[in-house]
Amino acid sequence: MSIKLFDSKGIPLEKQKFSLKELTPEPISKLDDDAYTRVRVILMNGIEQQANRFQHMAAQFNKDLREPLARIRRTEHHQQTMVNWLLGADHSPLETTIGYEQVAIEVTAAIAQQEPDPYLSQVYRFGLLEDFDHMYRYSALMDRVEGKDANNILQSYTDVIPGRPTSEEHRHPEDDLRDHYDRKAAAPISKMNALTIMSGEYQTRDYYMNIGPTFTDPVARALYAEIASIEEQHVTQYGSIIDPDETWMEKWLLYEANEAYNYYSCMESETNPRVRAIWERFLEYELGHLHTVAELFKQHERRDPAEILPENLPDPIAYQSQREFVRKTLEREVELRANGPKFVDKAQEAQRSLDYRTHLNSEGSPSETVAAGYQWQPGTELNQRFARAS
Amino acid sequence: MEKSAKLGTNKTGVDTSPIHSKEMASGAKQYTPATGREQDLNAMRRAAIEDAERLGSVPIPGTAKGMLKSMMEKFTGNQPAIFVNKLGERLAFERAGTRVYEAMILKAEVANAQGELPFQIPIDRLQHFHREEGEHFQLLIDCMEKLGVDPTAQTPDADVSALAGSGMMKVISDPRTTFPQCMEAMLGLELTDNAAWELLVTLAEDLGQDDMARQFKKALSEEETHVREIREWYEKCVRSQASGATH
Repeated sequence: MSIKLFDSKGIPLEKQKFSLKELTPEPISKLDDDAYTRVRVILMNGIEQQANRFQHMAAQFNKDLREPLARIRRTEHHQQTMVNWLLGADHSPLETTIGYEQVAIEVTAAIAQQEPDPYLSQVYRFGLLEDFDHMYRYSALMDRVEGKDANNILQSYTDVIPGRPTSEEHRHPEDDLRDHYDRKAAAPISKMNALTIMSGEYQTRDYYMNIGPTFTDPVARALYAEIASIEEQHVTQYGSIIDPDETWMEKWLLYEANEAYNYYSCMESETNPRVRAIWERFLEYELGHLHTVAELFKQHERRDPAEILPENLPDPIAYQSQREFVRKTLEREVELRANGPKFVDKAQEAQRSLDYRTHLNSEGSPSETVAAGYQWQPGTELNQRFARAS
Repeated sequence: MEKSAKLGTNKTGVDTSPIHSKEMASGAKQYTPATGREQDLNAMRRAAIEDAERLGSVPIPGTAKGMLKSMMEKFTGNQPAIFVNKLGERLAFERAGTRVYEAMILKAEVANAQGELPFQIPIDRLQHFHREEGEHFQLLIDCMEKLGVDPTAQTPDADVSALAGSGMMKVISDPRTTFPQCMEAMLGLELTDNAAWELLVTLAEDLGQDDMARQFKKALSEEETHVREIREWYEKCVRSQASGATH
């Protein structure tokens, strides 16, 4: 099914309503639902969270837009609530963390492959190998501190092996800034990809900052603090690929189109009928938002939204195991480092980043400590140990 | 509505997707360098334990007079402070326990109405236990006030005990959990409670608080009934489900 953006009017904003009961739907099953259902729930929470964040900032800078921003933002807020409350309370914070990293790996890998701009694709692959390593470190933490198998969450779709070592991901802020796409030349899908990944990373940063201090184990607390720092770098990286010369209205249009695109992608791949109905409903809501914003765009900028948006929504994001692509990327690019906006071999890394990293790691590295000698085994590494002993 | 755990489409194990799982396991071997030692993690944890400050302190009595004053004069060292800490722990636990029984009664009412189990859960017994938890809470308020200690303060052991019980409370308040799953959590809480009352009796006796010791023994006797009956119902719930599944 292809969605024509300008023909599909969606549900008008005034008909987008929620009861409080609707905001807290029956959660998905941690045990029985497909891992990709959780992946989509987590991603869409991040997409809505970033839409909300953007719209609040836009209101701070645009008095004339405050009223329509407030109206749309209220719906976005309730959409986010309904989506995020799909996560069941039997997910421990660390299990949810494994879910967040699965989102980062699977969605970034899918987007790296659909991205037409080679430089942007490289940016995604670079970030991918770092989140991939976070999965390995958090899985070790889960195994060694909580005695649980991360694969109960991953369902064998995503590997648990080291990527670019987290301890080497710490960089000077200047080496996290990338070249941005050109708003006049970039394909619409490139602009939307950037919003998707930035949104996902931003919510991950915020999630770790919120739940990190709730852990009692000192290694867990330290690991969350360390990885949150990398997620902050990732938000810097992905924020910097967006053209800063886009107008507020241009950005708003793109955000709405991207929300519609993501709900469409979720809808196309969803296996849980009840959750699919939510994606369908929210696709219609986002198309409603898009048409409201398109009218505002015409009013305020005297321009045609078709200059910014594609006629049809692009092909949906693929929700399927990206194991092969991730491993190939790992083999080819694990030694890449950043020097300013360029990706270089390890030997050409900027001194400023080496100095920054040396100091940060100077009193120990939680990510190295937690995973020292760790190799994932079905049923945890204890499974292997006692098999040897018997 | 089927509420008991049953065979289904659980996707958490490796057998759900044998091809993916095989690739995952072989990849883990192929790509993970065998460097480092798990002991590094414990070294970090050990250092943190050695350096850690405590969660907090036992509250200083607002009115250091009466029983606590004479107790502090009579007993040297930390004995009175430990007693206050434990009284505060029990108080908080019994207060929370009252709320837990309210949640259990609701669960039981729904389970009975929906025929979740092949027998009716005796709601009147749960209500009886609920009332006793509330009475124990009140008893501890009275004891702390007699000592001149603020019964509204959260002592360190009250804090830790609530943390320990928080998972069990989550189980009981989750609408998706079955009655037997809640009973298992309840049993864990009651077993802990039972041992804690035994200790409180001993602490009161050690401090020569014979009146309190006598009242605590009565509470302990009631708590022993809670444990015994909860354990019996829990076993009956699980076994009745098991026999139901095979027939």
